[in-house]
Amino acid sequence: MKILIKTGYVIDPSQNIDGVKDVLINGKKIQGIFPKGKSPSADKTIDVAGCIVIPGLVDMHTHLREPGYEYKETIKTGTMAAVKGGFTTVCCMPNTDPINDTISVTEFILKKADEEGSCAVFPIAAITKGENGEAMTELEALIKAGSIAFSDDGKPVMNSLIMRRALEYSKIFGVPVISHCEDLKLSEGGVMNEGINSTLLGLKGIPKAAEEVMVARDISLSELTGGKLHIAHVSTEGSVRLIREAKTRGVNVTAETCPHYFSLTDDSLKGYDTNFKVNPPLRTDKDVSAIKQGIKDGTIDVIATDHAPHHYDDKNREFDTAAFGISGLETAFALGLKLVEDRVVDLNTLVAKMTFAPSKIMGISKGTLKKDADADIAIIDTKKRFTVDAGKFLSKGKNSAFNGWKLNGVVLKTIAMGKVYEWE
Amino acid sequence: MPRDILNSKEINKTITRITHEIIEKNKDINKICLVGIQRGGVLLAKRLASQLESVTGHKTEVGALDIALYRDDIYIKEEQPIVRSTDIPFSISDKTVLLVDDVLFTGRSIRAAMDALVDFGRPARIQLAVLIDRGHRELPIRPDYVGKNIPTSFNDRVEVNIDDKNSSEDSVKIIYAV
Amino acid sequence: MLESKDLLGIKELSADDIYHVLETSDGFMDVLRRDIKKVPPLRGKTVVSLFYEPSTRTRTSFTLAAKRLSADIVNFSLSSSSIVKGESIQDTALTIQALGADFVIIRHASSGVPHSLSRLLNISVINAGDGANEHPTQALLDLFTIRAHKKKIEGLNVAIIGDIAHSRVAKSNIYALTKLGANVKVICPPTLMPVEIGQLGVEVHHSIEDGIKKADVVMTLRLQLERQSKGFLPSLKEYFNLYGLTSERLKLAKKDAIVMHPGPMNRGVEIASDVADGPQSVILEQVTNGIAVRMAVLYLLSGVKE
Repeated sequence: MKILIKTGYVIDPSQNIDGVKDVLINGKKIQGIFPKGKSPSADKTIDVAGCIVIPGLVDMHTHLREPGYEYKETIKTGTMAAVKGGFTTVCCMPNTDPINDTISVTEFILKKADEEGSCAVFPIAAITKGENGEAMTELEALIKAGSIAFSDDGKPVMNSLIMRRALEYSKIFGVPVISHCEDLKLSEGGVMNEGINSTLLGLKGIPKAAEEVMVARDISLSELTGGKLHIAHVSTEGSVRLIREAKTRGVNVTAETCPHYFSLTDDSLKGYDTNFKVNPPLRTDKDVSAIKQGIKDGTIDVIATDHAPHHYDDKNREFDTAAFGISGLETAFALGLKLVEDRVVDLNTLVAKMTFAPSKIMGISKGTLKKDADADIAIIDTKKRFTVDAGKFLSKGKNSAFNGWKLNGVVLKTIAMGKVYEWE
Repeated sequence: MPRDILNSKEINKTITRITHEIIEKNKDINKICLVGIQRGGVLLAKRLASQLESVTGHKTEVGALDIALYRDDIYIKEEQPIVRSTDIPFSISDKTVLLVDDVLFTGRSIRAAMDALVDFGRPARIQLAVLIDRGHRELPIRPDYVGKNIPTSFNDRVEVNIDDKNSSEDSVKIIYAV
Repeated sequence: MLESKDLLGIKELSADDIYHVLETSDGFMDVLRRDIKKVPPLRGKTVVSLFYEPSTRTRTSFTLAAKRLSADIVNFSLSSSSIVKGESIQDTALTIQALGADFVIIRHASSGVPHSLSRLLNISVINAGDGANEHPTQALLDLFTIRAHKKKIEGLNVAIIGDIAHSRVAKSNIYALTKLGANVKVICPPTLMPVEIGQLGVEVHHSIEDGIKKADVVMTLRLQLERQSKGFLPSLKEYFNLYGLTSERLKLAKKDAIVMHPGPMNRGVEIASDVADGPQSVILEQVTNGIAVRMAVLYLLSGVKE
């Protein structure tokens, strides 16, 4: 079936397209982008005047929780939340139970995604067996099974030698090693940013240095080995500075941040609301500014969600023992749009950081509207205002830090592999 | 509009009269001690004590009693009663305790004061002296010494000012309910 | 009367609130001096103490305070069933409310627990110590004790020595003393100093000799002995050499300075025995005053109308 998406404002940074155009889909593929009114005929026409038409968003950092933690999220509900948020591709982190460190887990995820998923799912496998930081997983087998990158996310690889080996060995395949930068000794027992607010709240702080020493280490190791390093969830000014400086030197490093790190500070924790408990923790105004600057100048390549859904019971606890994480898929784009409204970046750059850039790092042919690419499209009314209601999330994780926020940017339709999902 | 009931002169005369009644009623003046109820009763008790001393030459002990913690309307009133100091620096056991208050109204304060007093010892007897009795009793309480009976309606207010420094400023006023 | 149904911390109180508690405590001190140390205002009220950390002193003090106000008090203790059975704290708290309690006194190792219970429950929540956050009644009794000796708080030099970073007592005292206009000096090794503490309006000292100079009040804190094994300090001996309150050091303070400690003391670690037992020590008075202050808190909270 051919579907024509008519008179939308098409933005596709992968081919520098930016203007009112018509997009024609043929089945699961994009047939082409045509000047307004110049498209061949279609079986169905959708008029999206006033909306933007962009490649389906790509999240390179998602926790789908399945297998093992289906009470928090499943591949089914996680991908439903993804398409609701305009995402058509999610790369899921391996810290499930069992951990994605063997091909059977990779295969399980892909099979589940194929049967129950609403969008494309690409597994990220563990760097080390059991994410124990000691012995490398079988990269070749995992890649062959369908994993596309490696990370011990949720934990760092504390052993520098193992990290070195992973960065070296991954070069055979050209896949990225995604680093969760946290020195576990420096962060031990910490539940929020270390600073005046941790002093005021009497909560154990996580110093910025806990992240930065590992960013510095991994940059050195990437420089040593030439391995493809990607720094996950950058939260501090110092990390931005280290990455910027490394990129200037030509180190093979890329980086992502998440909407909460440019939208919130640790002031939010003042009521001990565990929905603001996240790892790395929310930092300060200075860090937020630096991250925005990093997004603006290209130091930070990607905006990912670090979608970390949790069950109510995991969050409704003492602050010290509550789970870390924010359910982020359904608010990410609207929060990104605030960067455009605040003139941090233009819309094209935002779209690039949520589509083309992550696809390129992950080596997948997603995040583009090029001819014959997968028909993955998000149609968004950037002027339409909505109030975040976490209770209505499609994700099982209602743990939003943005509940009640009024944001612009409603995803009206998401098309994933030609399948149209729409909401009123 | 407030109306003056007693001026300072009249108050002084009233206190003198009560002093004589006390002496008349209590043969053994050495067994008497005065306990004023916070706040209005305390200054009045001091006045009575000094008059008793000038008449009999005997120095009567005076204490202050705060009844906030003994009130029965503690959870009914809008404003929680303020806890003030209780200072009874002598034993009341086997004494005649003369409770002193400025205005006698429902009788509930006196009930609370008697409850409080018995936590300090076992007096031989308790007597009650008030400057003003405005009626509307809700408990079976009767004063032994009354300065003046004033008919009031329930919502009127009676304001007694006993000035610590300057007795010529003393006054009793009634403020009628609107 | 206080504004809130709960006492969560000194942070949440105004200077007027603090004075109101202190003045009300005066009335309860009178009660404690009598032969019959019991008054009836909380007759028919039920207080439940819910302690997730062992504590004999604070709990006993609250228990006596409640009893002297004629309240019924029940202790939910760490070893009693449901806590051990892994019931969530929210469920335990709701159960206590359903049992008909009017007050819950909570101590917990995790900061913010009283705050979340405060939102969950309609009954009064009193913080008896949460993590490294606050211990408001301790600060109130400390202020009461200081005021009893110095007649005022404003303008006093108060030196607080010890493990400030892990001390809720220090935090509550810092908030209370600075709100009432005292000059607070915190003295401890940098490893035990909370980050950015200077923003709270206190003077930071790493030398006890500098910090204690001209102090009207010298407050030492208990040093948790595990700080050594966790690497905050090379040894307890070195801590005593650097920060122990000795009579020599006390001479640097004003002649009439008082010495305070929230207890329990580690003699020979943070305080020398001759100081603890010396004429300037008011440590046992603090304990006595604690009951009056806690009575005042219970009484004042009972008067808060929703």
